Amino acid sequence: MQYKSQAVAKLYFMAAIGLFAGQVLFGLIMGLQYVVGDFLFPAIPFNVARMVHTNLLIVWLLFGFMGGAYYLVPEESETELFSPKLAVALFWIFLIAGALTIVGYLAVPYATLAQMTGNDLLETMGREFLEQPLPTKLGIVVVALAFLFNITMTVLKGKKTAISMVLLLGLWGLAIFFLFSFYNPSNLVKDKFYWWWVVHLWVEGVWELILGSLLAFVLIKVTGVDREVIEKWLYVIVTLTLVTGIIGTGHHYYWIGAPEYWQWWGSVFSALEPIPFFAMTVFAFNMVNRRRREHPNQAATLWALGTAVMSFLGAGVWGFLHTLAPVNYYTHGTQVTAAHGHMAFYGAYAMVVLTIISYAMPIMRGRAANSNRAQVVEMWSFWLMTVSMVFITLFLTAAGILQVWLQRFSSTPIPFMQAQEQISLFYWLREGTGVLFLVGLVLYIVSFFVSGREKTSAA
Amino acid sequence: MSGTFTKSMARNIFYGGTVFFFLLFLALAFDTNSALPARDNRANLTPSVIAGKKIWETRNCIGCHTLLGEGAYFAPELGNVYKRRGGDFIKAWIKSQPTGAPGRRQMPQFNLSDKELDDIVAFLKYTSEINTAKWPPNIEG
Ligand code: HEM
Ligand code: HEM
Ligand SMILES: [Fe+2]
Repeated sequence: MQYKSQAVAKLYFMAAIGLFAGQVLFGLIMGLQYVVGDFLFPAIPFNVARMVHTNLLIVWLLFGFMGGAYYLVPEESETELFSPKLAVALFWIFLIAGALTIVGYLAVPYATLAQMTGNDLLETMGREFLEQPLPTKLGIVVVALAFLFNITMTVLKGKKTAISMVLLLGLWGLAIFFLFSFYNPSNLVKDKFYWWWVVHLWVEGVWELILGSLLAFVLIKVTGVDREVIEKWLYVIVTLTLVTGIIGTGHHYYWIGAPEYWQWWGSVFSALEPIPFFAMTVFAFNMVNRRRREHPNQAATLWALGTAVMSFLGAGVWGFLHTLAPVNYYTHGTQVTAAHGHMAFYGAYAMVVLTIISYAMPIMRGRAANSNRAQVVEMWSFWLMTVSMVFITLFLTAAGILQVWLQRFSSTPIPFMQAQEQISLFYWLREGTGVLFLVGLVLYIVSFFVSGREKTSAA
Repeated sequence: MSGTFTKSMARNIFYGGTVFFFLLFLALAFDTNSALPARDNRANLTPSVIAGKKIWETRNCIGCHTLLGEGAYFAPELGNVYKRRGGDFIKAWIKSQPTGAPGRRQMPQFNLSDKELDDIVAFLKYTSEINTAKWPPNIEG
């Protein structure tokens, strides 16, 4: 580790992994409720499990991004973090606020939670992904601003590299677009229109900047390729991202009451969104092939390449699959959407966080890389989780295509619940594969405790 | 990618392209905003509809159902449920939950008052009258 203060990242990474495990447990609960409808009812209704699953996902990714930034920025800026104490304090505030929120979801009915937490003052709750009570939302803003202050001050007092600038821009964008979660007009069309300014402009906009810069950082470290080359690629990729992705928001405006010209704007621009993901894949393989050193941490290199491939598949290919308006007319809001949501979130954001953790964690624990044995276990977990996610996506896609056929496309459409019964086989297969995913995750956690002879060569 | 194409050129294209397309997006959003009154059924945004939207949100209905295709995929689309089932059915349905049928997906009991039931129906009626470019493809949602 080049700078002492980078070590605060360790806390963030540990929390991220713990919350990831919680997320997957609730995924499995829901997966079972899909086929055994009364499982855990009424203790944990489906909608409660879903909030826990998706909110834990977002929160652990935020922990990962923040940890990643705390690790990356001092090293890029060649200076200690502006305030490591602030970073530690924010960690605890965020963790406790997050835990209280989850407890709130599970312990009291949602309507009661809304009443207790001042939803009547400013109604922001009860919208997908933005279910958090008002105090939690405000807490997120405060933590984000204090975090950004800390990181920005660090960059300002040190060296300004392309990687840290792109990362900063992504993080600022994340905080700014979150502010739209406070705007909830009674006009449902407007509500939905601006809801996407958080959700879409995050995952297909500013988060991709964070993704690109974390990946570029790890690639510089493990390949030793010239920074100039990697940073030029990074700029090209993030240009393509924002040029296609901002107006690509239109692919959510086809059927919610917005003008119909969005079918053109949305289809054309979002159809180009796979290009930056493809460029990222080419970039990652290119850099690894041109590597100038053999970094002892082969697991980190595997995660980096995996991120590049899986984000292209999940976001690029599975996104393209249903993004053109005439296709989306049939697939909108079906299991096809769920299939894409899973592989895209896992392939892009879960995996990039696991990449930076894989690279940075051994260094923070005082070695260039983990022992061979530990790396082998980690690589097993990589393959188990990744292959499981591919199959989860395939099963959900099959379920979705059948659902569309039965309920929307055939000349004798059947009701939703009847269609669900007909495709339950695929939900069972998804659940089984989900268990395999959990095995992979357990193995991943185990890999941190595997000993063996450590590698100490070049960092 | 070497030779004449330098990093600072890439950076300038990044900032220029982003600003341009973001402004274009804002312009489209502005235009949408002025086109909405003809499509979004705002004339029928009564106090009852507004109260209904709040009930929709504070019971987290979106955690199981889709509304105009957005939300969760565990339970039927409700954007057009008013047209599919009608107001009386919707009220009777909500009141009779959960079914308790073994193995079947369960919907919670929300203990809504008669007024609250009227409000949620008003909200679903208003939603079903938004111009959604003929989505969903058929009445099953
Ligand atoms: C890493 C990047 C991405 C992530 C994490 C992601 C995630 C998601 C999620 C979670 C949803 C469901 C939202 C909801 O609940 O309503 C969604 C919807 C959608 N995504 Fe993505 N996405 C990504 C990139 C893309 C790309 C590049 C495309 C197009 C090429 C795309 C096309 C779509 C479309 C068309 C929908 C709407 C589906 C529907 O109508 O039901 N996505 N995405
Ligand atoms: C491995 C076991 C998992 C299972 C069984 C599972 C199951 C589920 C289920 C049943 C839903 C709700 C679908 C609905 O609304 O009807 C869901 C939603 C979601 N899950 Fe998972 N999940 C798992 C893992 C993951 C992972 C690893 C990620 C991402 C890293 C993830 C991301 C999401 C997202 C983004 C949504 C919202 C999707 C949308 O709105 O389209 N899940 N999951
Ligand atoms: Fe999108």
